[in-house]
Amino acid sequence: MSEARLMQGNEACAEGAVAAGVRFFGGYPITPSTEIAEYMAVNLPKVGGNFIQMEDEIAGIGVILGASLAGKKALTATSGPGFSLKQELIGYAAIAEIPAVIVNVQRMGPSTGQPTSPAQADIMQARWGTHGDHPMIALSPWTVRESFDVAVKAVNYSERFRTPVIILLDEVVGHLRERVELPSAHEIEIYPRRMPNTTKAQGYKAYTPMEDLVPNPANFGTGYRIHCTGLVHDETGFPSGSPKVTEQTIHRLHEKIMRVQDEITHYDEFFMDDAEIAVVAFGGTARTAYAAVEAARHAGQKVGMVRMMTIWPFAENVMRNLAKRVKGILVPEMNYGQYVYEVERAAAAQARVVSLPKYDAEVFTPDEIKQAIEKLAAEVAK
Amino acid sequence: MRDYETFFRTNRLPHIWCPGCGHGIAMKAIAKAIAKLDLDQDKTVIVSGIGCSSRASGYMDFDTLHTAHGRALPFATGIKLANPELNVIVITGDGDCMAIGGNHFIHAARRNIDLTVILFNNNIYGMTGGQASPLTPVEKKATTAPYGTFDRPFNPCEVAKTAGATYIARGTAFHAAPLVDLIAQGIQNKGFSFIETLVQCPTSYGRRNKMGSAAAMLKDMSETVIPLAAYNRLSTEERNEKLPSGVLHTDVFPEYAAEYAKIIKQAGGDKA
Ligand SMILES: Cc1ncc(C[n+]2csc(CCOP(=O)(O)OP(=O)(O)O)c2C)c(N)n1
Ligand code: SF4
Repeated sequence: MSEARLMQGNEACAEGAVAAGVRFFGGYPITPSTEIAEYMAVNLPKVGGNFIQMEDEIAGIGVILGASLAGKKALTATSGPGFSLKQELIGYAAIAEIPAVIVNVQRMGPSTGQPTSPAQADIMQARWGTHGDHPMIALSPWTVRESFDVAVKAVNYSERFRTPVIILLDEVVGHLRERVELPSAHEIEIYPRRMPNTTKAQGYKAYTPMEDLVPNPANFGTGYRIHCTGLVHDETGFPSGSPKVTEQTIHRLHEKIMRVQDEITHYDEFFMDDAEIAVVAFGGTARTAYAAVEAARHAGQKVGMVRMMTIWPFAENVMRNLAKRVKGILVPEMNYGQYVYEVERAAAAQARVVSLPKYDAEVFTPDEIKQAIEKLAAEVAK
Repeated sequence: MRDYETFFRTNRLPHIWCPGCGHGIAMKAIAKAIAKLDLDQDKTVIVSGIGCSSRASGYMDFDTLHTAHGRALPFATGIKLANPELNVIVITGDGDCMAIGGNHFIHAARRNIDLTVILFNNNIYGMTGGQASPLTPVEKKATTAPYGTFDRPFNPCEVAKTAGATYIARGTAFHAAPLVDLIAQGIQNKGFSFIETLVQCPTSYGRRNKMGSAAAMLKDMSETVIPLAAYNRLSTEERNEKLPSGVLHTDVFPEYAAEYAKIIKQAGGDKA
């Protein structure tokens, strides 16, 4: 551990990314994510990396995908409107299997919305924003310290699965200042860039899946002369019109992640041992929810909390089991109700699932959540 | 000099282009320019967008990247900055470069980043079946301009000049031999180089505009496009009917990747 420092969530996220090996940032300024770009502008050249301010957010993701193909671990950061602009190339990264991390410090929308107000309303966009079937990994931290850890995980997952990974920060955590102790370099586990394990002479094909279903396309400039495209392609990397190849590709893209879903599902449980009510929350809202659950416990409610770090892939098993353990599940989120639909589906009527939406551009107060807990407790007691 | 044909992925041929399409001529000129300069095949990257023209990347035996419509330049910028020792060549169409990718185009030129951009200008959206592009001349017909276009086209070389490109040239599929030299000079320029290459699209453009066969379209090109010196001798009125070819503009300006290397040095990152 290094010494304690006072830091912002955005800053910790940027520092975590650099610690995990990110050496390229491209982006376009937008509140409340700009501190990440500013951090990168100062610090990347110090470690031999590149920062570039692009002409728009589409270019911001395009430039990092190019850098990633040339061998650099790369990240871009944005908020709401910029996240919308990046969607097409997020899909490109998914099908062309290019490691990249996209940070979305969520703000209230749609459109320009309430630019400086917090929200968690891009949950479904993170999952389905780009067109077509594709897998998605999205992680959401709830503390400044965890913003660092999530960044490290996101970079590692993007490299390990060769897939875009989204960090869903929200304005609350992004702009929060906390005292943190960050791990030192040797305490951080880094997943290195995957490399070809055969030569061209041995019949290397850029997109042959390895045992873990992930291919090892060579970095540009290393003599393999690969082809990379957003068209459906076979193991050679060249376009294929075959229905069989198409089906296999879409399936493999999902399977390479879903086969290890439990391993990449990160969450915490609090006060859950005897709980009859569970609050499921993430990001900034989880902070308030924790205070509310604590207060409700003091008032004698059998309530616990499940705090999700992994938002996508959806924690199917966790929620299915949770619904068997409790009578009621409350899902507070700073949106009109998004994550709750997934919880409801997984709960399959085994527990009563209640949405607590918040879309007035304010954060929850602990009291709002506590009252909703009490109401739900009374309902399920009937 | 190495045989330019060895720069093609012959197992990917035949190509998808229509008989008489000009894209193959422009692609061949690029391969010949690379052969002429004896570029390291393993250190040369071809990046393209989406369109008939952009399919060229898949036929060329280098590290090749077929991106999304309009986005070749941001990807190319990332490649060049991440590994400045690579030669990065961009193949793009008139829609790809000047419509959906227009913003990236002016900014890449402004940065003077060391990319060589070859615009395969067929004055139309070929791949999607003949819609008007920002380079379709006024009064020409397109599926989306059934009564003839009336919106004013760009002159892409002038756009490149205003935006800050340090090497600008125009060639055609008819003048294939000089085109090789124009591309080679562009690759040699350490900065943003732009070579507009006029090519014929008999299928989606020529036919609708009754321009005749591919050969007739090439002949047309040979008459319309004349060397810059000859063009300069024409009256203003006569110039309306012609386009100048050759090297149209050069300038000297610091190159972006080299400038960033200085920033890294200043920040101490060269020792990291
Ligand atoms: C975002 C997006 N919009 C539209 C398209 C459809 N599209 C594919 S190619 C193309 C135009 C190609 O024209 P041009 O760039 O001039 O190249 P050409 O085919 O003439 O060589 C269009 C509009 C697309 N692929 N992606
Ligand atoms: S449609 Fe036009 S540009 Fe496309 S391949 Fe055919 S001739 Fe070439």
